[in-house]
Amino acid sequence: MSWTPQELMTVSASRLLRDHRAVFAGVGVPLLASVLAKQRHAPDLTIVLEGGIIGPRMLAGKLPISTNEMRAARHAPMLTSITDVFLLAQRGFLHYGFLGAAQIDMHGNINTSVIGPVERPRVRLPGTGGANDIASLCNEVLVVTPHELRRFVERVDFVTSPGHLGGGDAREKAGLVSRGPSTVVTDLALLDFEPESRRMRLCALQPGVTVEDVRASTGFELLVHPEVCELEPPAIPDLDILRELDAGAAARD
Amino acid sequence: MDGTPARQLREALAGKPSPPADKLVPAEAAVRLVRDGDHIAVGGTLYSRTPMALLFELLRQGRSGLTISRPLTCYEAELFLVGGLAGGIVTSWVGIGLPWGISRVVRELVEGGRATYEEWSHLALGLRYKAGAMGVPFLPTFTMLGSDLVGLVDTRELTCPFTGEKVLLVPALNPDVALLHVHRADRSGNAQIDGYRHMDADMAAAARTVIVSTEEVVDAERIAGRPDATVLPHFQVDAVVEAPMGAFPHECYGRYEADFAHFDDYVADVRRDGIDAVSAYLDRHVRRQPDFAAFLASFGASRLEGQQARAAELIAR
Repeated sequence: MSWTPQELMTVSASRLLRDHRAVFAGVGVPLLASVLAKQRHAPDLTIVLEGGIIGPRMLAGKLPISTNEMRAARHAPMLTSITDVFLLAQRGFLHYGFLGAAQIDMHGNINTSVIGPVERPRVRLPGTGGANDIASLCNEVLVVTPHELRRFVERVDFVTSPGHLGGGDAREKAGLVSRGPSTVVTDLALLDFEPESRRMRLCALQPGVTVEDVRASTGFELLVHPEVCELEPPAIPDLDILRELDAGAAARD
Repeated sequence: MDGTPARQLREALAGKPSPPADKLVPAEAAVRLVRDGDHIAVGGTLYSRTPMALLFELLRQGRSGLTISRPLTCYEAELFLVGGLAGGIVTSWVGIGLPWGISRVVRELVEGGRATYEEWSHLALGLRYKAGAMGVPFLPTFTMLGSDLVGLVDTRELTCPFTGEKVLLVPALNPDVALLHVHRADRSGNAQIDGYRHMDADMAAAARTVIVSTEEVVDAERIAGRPDATVLPHFQVDAVVEAPMGAFPHECYGRYEADFAHFDDYVADVRRDGIDAVSAYLDRHVRRQPDFAAFLASFGASRLEGQQARAAELIAR
């Protein structure tokens, strides 16, 4: 049995989602992981999407490309405005928030704005979209990203989405009212944040991956949990569901 | 109209046509309400319910010094920047959609210092329109606190006088003009939206001037048959433009799906020719077309009907 790095991350992320909660998901891996979780172990997980959609059911082979389009609202019991859906997060109703990362640092801060100086950026990235709001307002943030040296940097060039900022209690001191990132899911490992320093810490390895492999793909000194375990590989039903869901991705219509 | 006192913002509404007058005009006349230097809020978001017929008319007429704001911007931002109408965008995200990668055009213009991108979080921008709509000068929020975004834009931190918590104040955004596309409106401007509402209602209430294009113009009785679907009351609206498929090639909920093949072609052209491809697009699809109906006709009836059929399929329960 084989799987792609994306399938591996999606399955690992889905297993973190507990039932009877609401998850603020974007398109791509977050949405796939949320739908997979609903089908496998969390039938009453409520998916919430940035376009204002609460509780949609996705049609296999017709996943949305954006969270503001018709496909994203299928069978949803509620469709409200963008501002209102984010205010639900600010009020504290949305448990999980999912984020990707162009650049992430040792304290879980994420950059999706600019590489290089802000005044004259070397690369102007697309921008925050709702990512800053998810990082600021959802109770608990899950980050999903390929584990690459260029992404895992000591300090991000620009904090678009706040993680634990400078570490310790910096996030709370900045006035943020939610917990921030709890877990980083990659194709190599699962990482959490050491409770005191709020530094990223390796806590589990994907099948066949070593601690050295993870270190070699991380651009900062990595803390390692005293008991690192190995994650269960994706099961055949996980992969079957994901491949059916994503079937239309290539054709897009 | 950033930082304008409430009294002045209220006085600016005095020019609005208050009785339920007939405001139905061609796009060409409606868009003349836009002046050089205006801040234009564009309804919808990304490729959903973009007021494309109004935007194309504005691009055809030409203006200078515009600023465009929108929650998430799609290729219309590139058309305005490359077309020389706008020098800056105020948004939370630029691109066409995830499969098409980052906007090479906005990258080149911003990295080269030829355009500005004022970045707010999605909610912060929503709250700016909301404050504008509420007639208050700012709103407090917990979003954006601690991030580097706050250093780039005009915000203030305040200790809440009631709880002692730190909050971020975002300033009201009162656009000069809001351009919106809706599903149906009557001739006086009572306007209804199906599906996604995005930030349109707040933009309209915040703006000095509101131009609405609509899939269909209906009798006032039909609006009154479903008053809960009405998101703009007539007294907010300055001009109504009939524009069937007026958001194409973007989507209009329940009416037609976005034309992804058109995005593919556009992006392929930009990959090959860079910014010149945007100028060529403007020439071919905007400037050389007498009006939006001609642009639509250039796609052929069967392609447009296909987009409508797919929307019907997606909405079917």
